[in-house]
Amino acid sequence: MNLSLESMLQLSIILPLLATVGIVATGHKPNLREGVTITTSVVLLYFVMNLYQGIKRGESISVQWWEILPGLQISFSVEPLGMLFALIASFLWLVTTVYAIGYMRSHNEQNQTRFYSCFALAIGSVMGIAFAENLFALFIFYEVLTLSTYPLVTHAGTEEAKKGGRVYLGILLSTSIVFFLLAIVSTWFVAGTLDFKAGGVFDSDVNIAIAAVILVLFIFGIGKAAIMPFHRWLPAAMVAPTPVSALLHAVAVVKAGVFTVLKVCVFIFGIDLLSVLPSTQFLLYMAGASVLLASLVAMRQDNLKARLAYSTVSQLGYVTVGALLATSSGVIGSAMHIGMHAFGKITLFFCAGAILVAAHKSKISEMRGLGRQMPITMAAFFIASLSIIGVPPTGGTWSKWFLLMGTMEAQQWILMAVLMISSLLNIAYLLPIPFRAFSPGCEMPSANFGIKEAPLPSLIALCITTLGCVILFVYPQPLYELAKAILVTPGFTHGK
Amino acid sequence: MLAHLPVLQVIVPLMASPLCLLLTRPRLVWLFTLIVSGLAFLISSLLLQQVMASGTIIYALGGWDAPWGIEYRIDQLNAFLLLIISALSTVVLLAAHTSIRQEIPADRHTLFYILYLLSLAGMLGIVATGDAFNVFVFLEISSLSAYALIALGKDRRALWASYQYLIMGTIGATFILIGIGLMYQMTGTLNMDDLSRRLPEVAHTRTIFTAFAFIIVGVCLKLALFPLHLWLPNAYAYAPSIVTAFFAATATKVAIYLLIRFTFSVFGLSFSFTAVPLQILFVVLGVAGIFVASTAAIYQNNVKHLFAYSSIAQIGYMMVGFSISTATGLMATLLHVFNHALMKSALFLALGAVMYRIGSVQINQFQGLGHQMPYTMAAIVVGGLSLIGVPLTVGFVSKWYLILAAIEKGWWPVAVLILLGSLLAIVYVWRIVEAAYFKPPIAGRDAIKEAPLSFLMPIWILVIANIYFGIDTRLSVGVAQAASQSLFGVSP
Repeated sequence: MNLSLESMLQLSIILPLLATVGIVATGHKPNLREGVTITTSVVLLYFVMNLYQGIKRGESISVQWWEILPGLQISFSVEPLGMLFALIASFLWLVTTVYAIGYMRSHNEQNQTRFYSCFALAIGSVMGIAFAENLFALFIFYEVLTLSTYPLVTHAGTEEAKKGGRVYLGILLSTSIVFFLLAIVSTWFVAGTLDFKAGGVFDSDVNIAIAAVILVLFIFGIGKAAIMPFHRWLPAAMVAPTPVSALLHAVAVVKAGVFTVLKVCVFIFGIDLLSVLPSTQFLLYMAGASVLLASLVAMRQDNLKARLAYSTVSQLGYVTVGALLATSSGVIGSAMHIGMHAFGKITLFFCAGAILVAAHKSKISEMRGLGRQMPITMAAFFIASLSIIGVPPTGGTWSKWFLLMGTMEAQQWILMAVLMISSLLNIAYLLPIPFRAFSPGCEMPSANFGIKEAPLPSLIALCITTLGCVILFVYPQPLYELAKAILVTPGFTHGK
Repeated sequence: MLAHLPVLQVIVPLMASPLCLLLTRPRLVWLFTLIVSGLAFLISSLLLQQVMASGTIIYALGGWDAPWGIEYRIDQLNAFLLLIISALSTVVLLAAHTSIRQEIPADRHTLFYILYLLSLAGMLGIVATGDAFNVFVFLEISSLSAYALIALGKDRRALWASYQYLIMGTIGATFILIGIGLMYQMTGTLNMDDLSRRLPEVAHTRTIFTAFAFIIVGVCLKLALFPLHLWLPNAYAYAPSIVTAFFAATATKVAIYLLIRFTFSVFGLSFSFTAVPLQILFVVLGVAGIFVASTAAIYQNNVKHLFAYSSIAQIGYMMVGFSISTATGLMATLLHVFNHALMKSALFLALGAVMYRIGSVQINQFQGLGHQMPYTMAAIVVGGLSLIGVPLTVGFVSKWYLILAAIEKGWWPVAVLILLGSLLAIVYVWRIVEAAYFKPPIAGRDAIKEAPLSFLMPIWILVIANIYFGIDTRLSVGVAQAASQSLFGVSP
């Protein structure tokens, strides 16, 4: 194929949307339908890899679609941070699709066509968010992502799903309409542009008070970043089938949130302005509180998916803290944590889904001794836990390292303590699960009789992501280089 | 021929309506009405094109020059309104034949189309004319036919609703007439352009102040500004579905037009906003209307009622834009006039399809319709999202400009209130979504099928328009901007 990089950029957004049509059209033939999904995700990954090679060569890739309102257009460009996000999302979509085939079929889920088509739509919007060249385009895809994931969250169609869906849509739409949109219009009014620009869009003589308020509006408004007290939607979304929780609520949707936070901090405000705004400190403490409180709440959850959800809330707080620290290590750590946490958390969710499918268990207290029957799953769970905690030999080590460096650079000692305490709490709520599963004294043979490993596609998928956690420890360079490049984008100084 | 377009716009539907009597077969009458409405649409498109290209068109009726004769004066503002009215009338009519066969006895079909065309001609006349008394005449034509159209509803409560509307509408029209009379007494002219030049001389008099007050209150009654909205919910809920779709898209918009025309063109910006505390009055009533009506919408069990209250809330948004009294604010109002017409006609037509299939629009009857009537329900979802103001729909465009206008003016609390108000829209839209998608079909109603194509086609034309004009805003934003800027440019 001789496609230009520009057309690949456009196709990486359009292709998943087109796949939606293909999936609906082939809905009556499950094998063909899954074939469409897999083919699309492979081609998408190919495109994204090409784009990656492109920006590594230093090419600038951008396309403009059309102007929606005068001065506000839908346009895309590839920059390191978006590249990082797109790489992770497209790679994990492929893996999740493999996993989902095993999961959805052995779980006999209804309405699988709707499931796969909404999934593709969601990925298309994630690509749109990753490559958006301005806040306006980003906001459009942000809202499309919320709406396209609603049918996935309420997939079961039960009363519980309806309630979960209400919280999900209620919080995400409300925050985005009341705070996010207001912040965007205010930025447009104050700065006269919504383009992401190295060093930020505000003039150096901007009214500090107004900028401070806009920052608060942004951080409150990006509900997908799940900063407490706007986090309730994430546990509520756990009624969804596990592949949805795995890809969307550990990777795509939540990462779209923290990605937007990072984008806004670096390219709308610029870290120089950010560090002098009076509201930054308050927001840092809020994010820090979110890190700590969510970890504490996670410890009290007996439902495995709920515990993982709160753990995600806590880890998302890390990324927000890193962005708000407004130092180079903070930004690098933040960006890397988007990737590292993605691999770790998706593995944990894959394991939770495997346990649900194979052993029909969702409560942690019932999982004693499962290690004997499901050794691969539980081993994967153990390694992924290490990555979340941030100890070698897993990738999570690096991002937490840079985040801690960031707190030191900014001399935020309290936050440094918060991050370290939270890591200890991670140990306390994650590691007991595989330990109890493997410890010989806790077996309940009669209850666990006849349990086998999950279906092969699911098992393959979770092995791949586990391997990813380890590889990212040994070979974190691609992620690191992308994260570093965010800050050395040419002309990166405030008020250049 | 082209020179006579302004009068043809009104005269074609007006003359066509008695001709319906000659055609006895319902299908023929329907086709005839559709063609007439289509012609009106064609004329209004040509007019808009002309106005945008070469400025205001002035047409002297019967060759009598103003201020003695009646003058039709088409500028960007009324060309935009003419287009909205005639376009939506045409699309809604596509479904009329199917819909009224079930809701109106066969012997009244011809009557229905006669009234429909009269009402259309009346609304087009109000908008096209440049003569204040002529406004009153056309107002009565459109209102009287509207009362009769609403009374045609199948439900017997339609009679009561129509009577309520008759009383309130007549009070409104009388107030407007009193206002026009007082102005005539002081200036000796009825031509709007002439009035705008002569009024400043007598602007300090109490008579003109009274005239202004009468006209404003009269118009606000017609446009159902909270708290003068009480006639609207029942009128919309019990009228035949086609009538509801048509009126929801057009009737209140015409009243908004009158408000803008009288305050900006006739009385002039400086008089309107200084003689009376119009700004504070409308922003308070507008915001109160948004919250009260949206909250009321949440508690309705009849979905037509629900969307009727939502319409009152949307009028609140238009009034807030108006009260900001800047070019951007007025532009937001005009955009919302256009956009809201698209949303509500789509929604009420979809409700018409539901009515056609299950004979009720109670929310508990919507159970399982998500699977039984997927295309109709998808239309309601998209229309609802547009109402909430999700990006890529028209609702987002109007909200963007409304917020921008409020911020430009420095009215931060108003911007926040507008956004909070749209959260209430999520609640009432999602009540319908949950009813339609999360419950199994009602037992014994397994045989419900998707609405016929004659319904789906106009519904989806409107739904696609909701999305199309949310993405390509050149027409709506361009015209609204030109209209509002010229109103601010020419007004003294």
